Formats: sequence, C-alpha cells, structure tokens
Amino acid sequence: MEHILARAKKVTGDAEVFEVSSEETQVRFEANRLKQLQTNQTTSVALRIIKDGRIGYATTTGTGDADELVGNAVETAGFGTVARFQLPDTKEYPTVDIYDPAVESVSIKHMIHLGEEMVAAVTGHTPGIMCEAGASRGVITVRIINSRGGQAEYRKSFFSLDIEGNLIEETDMLFVGESESSCHPVSDFKEVTDLVLRQLDLAKKHASVPTRRLPVVFTPNGVGSALILPLMSALNGKMVLEGASPVGDKIGRKVFDKEFSLRDDPTIGYRPGSRPCDDEGVPSQRTRLIEKGVVKGFLYDLQTAALAGTRSTGNGSRNRGGLPAPSPSAFIVKPGKTSFDDMVADIKEGLVIEQLMGAEQGNILGGDFSGNVLLGYKVENGKIVGRVKDTMVSGNIYKILKDIAAVGSESRWISSFLRTPPIYCKGLAVSSKG
Amino acid sequence: MLDIDAAARSLAERIKKPRADYLEARFEESQTSHITYRGKGLESIGRATSGGGNVRALVKGGWGFTSFNSLDNLPDRVDLAVEQAQSAGRGKSRLAEIEPAVDEVPSGAAKNPVEIPLAEKKRLLDEYNEIIWSTPQIQTSTIGYSDSRKKVVFLNSEGSYITQERADVSLRLTAVAAKDGEVQQVGLSLGSRGDFSAIEGLHQDVEEMSRHAVELLSAPQARGGEYTVVLDPILAGVFVHEAFGHLSESDFVYENDRMRKIMKLGKQFGAKLLNIVDSAAEPGLRGSYKYDDEGVPAVKTYLIREGKLVGRLHSRETAAKMKEKPTGNARALNYRFPPIVRMTNTYIEPGSLSLDDMIADVKEGIYAKNWYGGMTSMEMFTFSAGEAYMIRNGKIAEALRPVMLTGNVFTTLKNIDAIGNDLDMNQGGGCGKGGQSPLPVSNGSPHIRIQKCLVGGA
Repeated sequence: MEHILARAKKVTGDAEVFEVSSEETQVRFEANRLKQLQTNQTTSVALRIIKDGRIGYATTTGTGDADELVGNAVETAGFGTVARFQLPDTKEYPTVDIYDPAVESVSIKHMIHLGEEMVAAVTGHTPGIMCEAGASRGVITVRIINSRGGQAEYRKSFFSLDIEGNLIEETDMLFVGESESSCHPVSDFKEVTDLVLRQLDLAKKHASVPTRRLPVVFTPNGVGSALILPLMSALNGKMVLEGASPVGDKIGRKVFDKEFSLRDDPTIGYRPGSRPCDDEGVPSQRTRLIEKGVVKGFLYDLQTAALAGTRSTGNGSRNRGGLPAPSPSAFIVKPGKTSFDDMVADIKEGLVIEQLMGAEQGNILGGDFSGNVLLGYKVENGKIVGRVKDTMVSGNIYKILKDIAAVGSESRWISSFLRTPPIYCKGLAVSSKG
Repeated sequence: MLDIDAAARSLAERIKKPRADYLEARFEESQTSHITYRGKGLESIGRATSGGGNVRALVKGGWGFTSFNSLDNLPDRVDLAVEQAQSAGRGKSRLAEIEPAVDEVPSGAAKNPVEIPLAEKKRLLDEYNEIIWSTPQIQTSTIGYSDSRKKVVFLNSEGSYITQERADVSLRLTAVAAKDGEVQQVGLSLGSRGDFSAIEGLHQDVEEMSRHAVELLSAPQARGGEYTVVLDPILAGVFVHEAFGHLSESDFVYENDRMRKIMKLGKQFGAKLLNIVDSAAEPGLRGSYKYDDEGVPAVKTYLIREGKLVGRLHSRETAAKMKEKPTGNARALNYRFPPIVRMTNTYIEPGSLSLDDMIADVKEGIYAKNWYGGMTSMEMFTFSAGEAYMIRNGKIAEALRPVMLTGNVFTTLKNIDAIGNDLDMNQGGGCGKGGQSPLPVSNGSPHIRIQKCLVGGA
C-alpha cells in the first residue's frame, strides 16, 4: 500500500489508499443435506486522488499493478468531481470491539454439525420440508492511509447461521427462514430454528382476507422488508442535498409519530455492522436521525458534508468498490412499550406481516411501498388464525409512520444492519384475490 | 496484470489427474469503467481492473469450491478444493455427459467499450442529463453507466480448455420530479453486449421519460383489485422472467420430490397460445454465450410449448439427476462464485394480434409499461410497472401512478388470453439469485393481455 501512496504522491499532493482483504469459509446444505464447502480469499485496493482540485478514482484486485492503478486514477481525475473536502489526518479512533479470535478456530466439523442440527430441528418439526442452510465464518481486514498522515486499520471477525425451509403441499408453497450473525461464534442455533418453527406453526392453516383498509403489525423482518428502504433513502445526506428527500427541509420538525425514534450506530460491540471508522478514515459515531418523531439529522460522507456545509457523520461507505457515499452502518429503531402479543390481541381484523415481497420496487423516494405478502398471517378477534396468500399491501411510510398504533417492546437484529421491534400500524390498503 | 493464461496452462496437466470425481478451474481478468451522475453534476468516474480464479472439485456428490485473487500456490488451492469436496461428499457423483471442448471465443464486439475515451462517454451522458434538467419541475436525476470487458479461461479434468471473451455496456437513467412534498420518478434502462452505439441517440426517449416523471405528479393512484391488464413488451419480459423463468431453473426442483411432481413435463401451465423459450444461443444478446461456466454448449430450450411444460434449465448435475439433457445454463457472476442454474435470454414467442386488437374489447383495464423490478417466490411473484394508464372502452385513457402487479404461477399464466405480434427484447437490467447479482440477462415478449391480474393500490 505504501508504495502505491508513494507512487501517487509523485503526480499529486493528495492521495488515499484503501485496502480490504477477506477470508471466508462456508458450509452449505441443500435439500436437507450437506452439499458444498467453500472458501473465498480476496483483496482489493482502491486509490483516490485529488489532482488539480478534481477527484480521480481507480481500483484493482490482488496484486494489481501500481503504475496502472495510478495511471487510471489520473485519467479519471481529468473529468472528476471538484473535491470540496480534505482527507482526514486522524490517527486515533474510538475502541469498538469487533474481533473475536474464537471465530477463526471454529472447526469445519463444528460448522457442519451446526448445519445438521438446524436442518434436524426443522425437518423433525415438519416432515416433508426441504431446507437450505449454512454456516459461515471469516475475517475482514481494512487499512486506510492518506497523504495527510491519516491512517486507520482494523480487523473484524464474523460468523453467521442461516436456514430457509420450503414446504410444498399440492401446488401450495410456503417459505420460512431466519438468520443470525455476530462477530462472536454463534453456537446457539436454537434461537434461529425456534423462530422458524414458530413461523411454521402460525402458517399451518390458511385464512382469507377482504380487500379493504386493515390494521397491520410488521414483525422485525416485516419492518425490514417494507419500511426501512424509504427511510434509508430519505435520511441519506446526498438525497437531502439534492432536494429529493421528503424530509430534507424538516430538521427539528415532527414528521413521524412520537413513539418513533431511529439512530445509526456503528459502535455496538461485536456486531458485524460496527467499525471504529468509516471507509474514509472518519471516526465512527452514533448519529441521531429521528427522535420522538422529530427529524434530527442525516448521514454524511466527507464530500457530501462539505457540499452541505456540515461535518461527516462517519458514514462514507464503499459499496461495490465505488467512491465513498453516505450509507448507514446499523439502523437502530428504539423499542416501545407494547408486547407483540398485546398488539395482536388489540386487533379485531387485520394482518401480521413477516415478509413483504417486492416492496423495494416502488417509488422509494416518495415513501410509497407495495408488495405481495410472502409470509403473513390473518388476525381475527385478537388471535392469529392462519397464513394469508395472494394478497397485496400498499402504503406510504410518511402516512403510516406519522400515526403509529404502537411500537413493540421486543427488538431483534435483522441481518447485520437493522435492529428493530415490531411496529403496529393503524390502516393499510389490502387487496386480495377472490 | 495477472497472467491468467499462464496460470491456466500451469494447471492443464495436473487437472487431468484429479484426486476427485471431477475437477475444474476458472480464471478471469476484467476491466471496467463507470460514470455516475447525481443531479446536475458528475458523482463518480472510475476505472477498475480485477482478476482471480477458482477451483471446484466434486467427490461423492459433494462439492468443494475455493476462490482467490492471488495466483500463487495453485497446486495448494487444488488440494484444498479436493479436501473440501471429500468432507462434503456422502453420496454419489453424477454429471451429465458432454463432449470436452477446446475453443477460443472472441467477444464479438467491434470495439472494446472500456477503451472508448472517458471524454466521449461523458459527452453523451452530459447531453442526456441536460435534456432531463431542461424539463420544468425536475428535482433531480441519476445516471449510471458502466462497461466491461472480460476474459475467462475454463479447464476441467475431462480435457475441456475454453477461452471466452465478452464485453458489456449498461445504462440506467432516472428523472425525479417533485412538487409540494410529492416525489415521482421514471427510469430508462438499456444494455448491450459491448456495443456502445446501442446507448447512443436516445435523446427523444430521455425527453419523454422526463416529461412523464412530471406528469406523474398529478396522476391518481390505481384502486387496488383485480383488473384486465395489458403489458408492453418490456414489462411482459420481466413478467415471463419472474412468473415462469425462475421456476424452470431445475436446481430448485431436482432434489425436491414434491417440486418434481408439480413440474412434471407435459403439465398444462397456460393456454395453447403460450410459448416460452430460454436461449443463450441467440446471437448478440446480453444473455448470450457459446459455452456456459461448466463448458457446456448453449442451446435453445423451449420451457412452455402450446401451454404445456416441455423443458427446463439445467446444470450438468441437475440434468444427470433428472435424467434429462444438459442445456448449458450453469452461470457464475464472476470467479468468486460457483456456477448455478440461471436464465439467459428468456422470451414469450410472438402471436398475431396488434396492441389495438388487444385493447379493443377491454371496457375497463390497466395498460402497464416499462419496469422498476420484479421478484418471485416460485409460486407467487410480483413485478412493477414504471408507467401505467387506465384502459377505458377500448382506448388508452388517463395516466396512473406506477403500479405493482402480483400473480400466482398456477393461475396467472392460464389467464393470459392474448399475445401480440411485436416481440421485443429488453437488454437493460440484470438478474439476482443466491447472492450473485446483477447477472447480464435479457427478457422479451410481445404485448400480452392477462385477465384477473391483482394490482396493488389505494
């Protein structure tokens, strides 16, 4: 890396080298049986330069050629965006615990065992179900150095378990599934499979739904599949800067229900979304986004923050190897006081939604979502009575999160990126066949 | 630059004496460039090079797969993949027989799109962005352009040694209109197999797209419920991909007895007028190739013929286990992934009706065009239109907000009752499955009409 920085400094004063390496091992089960063992080793290097005030950018993998990398960055700088920021000279970062050496010593044999146990738990409960499952472990190393003396380095371990079951009866197909991830080894597979068994129990019977406005409880998975994407977009500093965020001009104003609070938090110990700094070497911080329904802040990287006249929130992220752009590290929705059971008990006729398929295909910017209830249940007189199918649910997050019936008391991590309780919404448009 | 040819040659002899039932290696190097705009300004411009390889081994029905981007110690990588396969294997290895092939396949693109000067690409995108911004009430725009050229060397223990090159160009433009807290957007997606001229000369389309985004601000939302819908070729292409394409990928079928029963060849899925094809053998489309990532030659596969299920998409393993012929549909996004069963160019064959014939006797319905996306869970699927209009008394009437449609494979295909004569392949977009996204594919169809299609809405 140092040789790339030295080479870049010959052509321009400002340069930054970002290197990420990862080693991952996975065991995969298909059709209830062990199918594949897999290892992936990868290293990629990104060079960002500021030449004559403009940003140039190039990436390569493995032991790519330093001269070619610098040449590509210089060529793109000829057309690049005008840089408004300075690279950080930071060397000190907050301590965020994200590495557990125990992850690397989990044996393949044990990972296979975990997979077998998960499959056995689910097939033992529901004969005829076909499972795909997996266990995965790995380590990621990130290093950033720049020409202003800034440098950051961290190592992160990760471990995950996942299982998906598919049950076919005649032409009826049911999909259930859960996953769990951590920077520690995950040994309690039962937490994952118990959730799957509960889905199977609730989906055993079928129920029909009328086409009309109904109250809906989104489970943590449901919140993740229906409501989060529009919020990610609206709270992105870039969208705000362009005037494309519906809440961009509403800092300090109450836009959502007072029960709804949301923050971004990359500092929680041993969570895969955590890290001591972002992908530009800006120290991690907690960022308040929505507090008691009032819009409090947005997410920024260096360039967007400079254009907006504010400071980076440490959310510069290089998804897919591109230039840094604002992106959440981990969204945390604050839990409320109502239990899931109390929410269901409160509903005379309504739905519980666990997975909404296709909700991200709509007009995300405007907050609209619409999707097919891939996994969801009908509630009648305070009780879940069965699974609903061939049903669509539509809404707009700015309307439904403005007046929430209740926020749940039981929070759960959904993937590495979201921790949320269930959310009980008053009325959504439901359309159903027949 | 990695010398993938040398790496492949160094394994050529070793790979023919595997300590496994089957062994293969795949090496890849690629160059890409991208330009993105957000709003009036350029957001990101960059070039990337990438390279690496993988080894995959099969022992007693279990697979080992290892990927890397350092080409040192290749014999150790081979040993690792074999050891992994040994740990995973507990049954019997079965792969459909194919003729080993030794071949070199050029990209077919007249000019490598990555080497076109960035200035030339930027000039074209600037023109499009200016058109978007010259439309009143446009709040912002996004443009994503990328191109790539890649070379893949594949060799296996049966003596295949295939070098294939391919080039790819893709462009997505979005115009975002806003007024009084309302935000609406319309997008346009295009792509080609490396031919840059496929994305030139779109000025008029970009202007229409921008105008339409503004019109949507005052358009009403559809009422949710069942409608007679007419889909344009682009959206019908997404429909066939989601509604039936994924269900014909046999990796989901081959080890699942209940699924095999549902997907029995000869079963009636649609009316007699319905014919669905997947073919990587069509020349020059984004899903086209000569050999798949297991070295199997591409063929044209009928999935549905006269409404009946007649075929499905296979890897060598799924074909052998189902005792059917391999179709050359095992594809990997890049060297980091093992090949899995994927679609290529999927389309509904044309019928004889014009669009006017199709809507003439529709009293009230929805005409849905263009796409945002689509998803499937095999039985149920969704697909969303970028534009929608009411059909009233046989005429296309007022514009609606974009609609989301949903269907059930066991009823919706049977409800297709009219197929147009205007087949068109859409080259924009890509397909995602098993974490491998976006894979270049194309979808196509003529206009089609579906009775009783469920539409989400207010």
